[in-house]
Amino acid sequence: MSEQFFDWEYVISFMPKLLEGLVVTIEVTIVAFILAAILGLLMALGRRSSNPWIAQPIGALVEFIRSTPLLVQLFIFFYVLPRYGLRMPAFIVGTIALGLHYGTYTSEIYRAGIDAIDRGQWEAARALNFSPVRTWVGIVLPQAIPPMIPALGNYLVAMFKESAQLSAITVVELTLTARTIGTQSFRFLEPFTMAGVLYFLISYPSSLVVQRLEKRYAGK
Amino acid sequence: MQANSSAPIVRFENVTKSFGELTVLRQLDFDVAPAEKVTIVGPSGSGKTTILRVLMTLEKPNDGVIWVNGEPLWHQKSGDKLVPASEKHLRKVRGSIGMVFQHFNLFPHMTALRNVTEAPIHVLKMPKGDAEQRAVELLQKVGLSDKLGHYPSQLSGGQKQRVAIARALAMRPKVMLFDEVTSALDPELVGEVLNVIRELAEEGEMAMLLVTHEMGFAREVSDRVVFFDKGRVVEQGPPEQIFGSPQNERTKAFFNAVLRH
Repeated sequence: MSEQFFDWEYVISFMPKLLEGLVVTIEVTIVAFILAAILGLLMALGRRSSNPWIAQPIGALVEFIRSTPLLVQLFIFFYVLPRYGLRMPAFIVGTIALGLHYGTYTSEIYRAGIDAIDRGQWEAARALNFSPVRTWVGIVLPQAIPPMIPALGNYLVAMFKESAQLSAITVVELTLTARTIGTQSFRFLEPFTMAGVLYFLISYPSSLVVQRLEKRYAGK
Repeated sequence: MQANSSAPIVRFENVTKSFGELTVLRQLDFDVAPAEKVTIVGPSGSGKTTILRVLMTLEKPNDGVIWVNGEPLWHQKSGDKLVPASEKHLRKVRGSIGMVFQHFNLFPHMTALRNVTEAPIHVLKMPKGDAEQRAVELLQKVGLSDKLGHYPSQLSGGQKQRVAIARALAMRPKVMLFDEVTSALDPELVGEVLNVIRELAEEGEMAMLLVTHEMGFAREVSDRVVFFDKGRVVEQGPPEQIFGSPQNERTKAFFNAVLRH
């Protein structure tokens, strides 16, 4: 290996492996985001329930998850749950924990979006005798969700970066791959720099897209 | 009260509704005959709108029984007792009532046509083609056959309110409630909405219950005018009598105030 400050040959040699890590990062992010979008909606609906036996435990759970670090939750899922017989691959555990954590954030977005729907819409739905399910699916959510899209997009970008924390529970995503490459050759500058560049190349354009969405929905 | 041999389509029996300290309906007894056109007038804050809202099941009365077409609305029979209605019972009885709102409450994410077809398709389970055909007829009737594909944001207030009327009619209610439906409109758009309601009144078969500040219109379309104040019916009768020679002092004072300008 040469004595250059930044060794491009070394970069070329580890790049295929690093890109494999990137693919895992993207997979984790997408699956966890879908999970967060669904869990967030369910949590928002649960907290609105007129049944206090549903609304209050869900409210407490949401506040608890929101107020504790993702890393602690990852460790609990990864180290504690297997002791009680719940053993899952790190990739699955990490994705579920990330999705659940961000689900508590998206639930607040859903809540705000649903609260923004005019009372008259609910009244019209009732006057036309829509079922509760039809009122949600046909009237409320189609109006509530479009304005939420920029905020959800921000969380998607945040999740992409935060997924690096999954390296702590041995998910071989981008950050852990960079670290492994560095450990093997005792050169950390190039792998971590390139990992940073890859994160940037995806998250920066994505945040520009979110900004455009914000403008688009703000204009309405 | 109107001489009408048939059973009332709507009956309020001793109905009380209060919001906290404020009582807006005080042991109200009030009937509407099938096909009758009744206008409720009175000072603002007198509880007029609440009559329509408890009938549409948007507000729950604190006491009393409301009957719609011979069935209790907020209650259901259990043996010979009345118990609070289940959601299923409410939906069944509510089906014969329609409502047009002051602020239209159209669904902004749907075209005029879909605003009208949505409930017939999903609530009445009407085939889409039939629902659309009927919606086109109704929108034609309210003078909007050229606006089928327009979204509410592309329509004027008067046009929105006419779509809202078509939307309510599509459910074929036996009783239609009009809650200050011209109050949110620019003055030049009031006429087109009143014309539509006037036509509906002339067709006749549907009972209509209107809360309005348009006194001339009330006089013209109503079988009966009800003067309502402080949660009670103060005076009621044919429009000529109520507008022409009111008996009660409060009625006189009210008409003096509103008819002066």
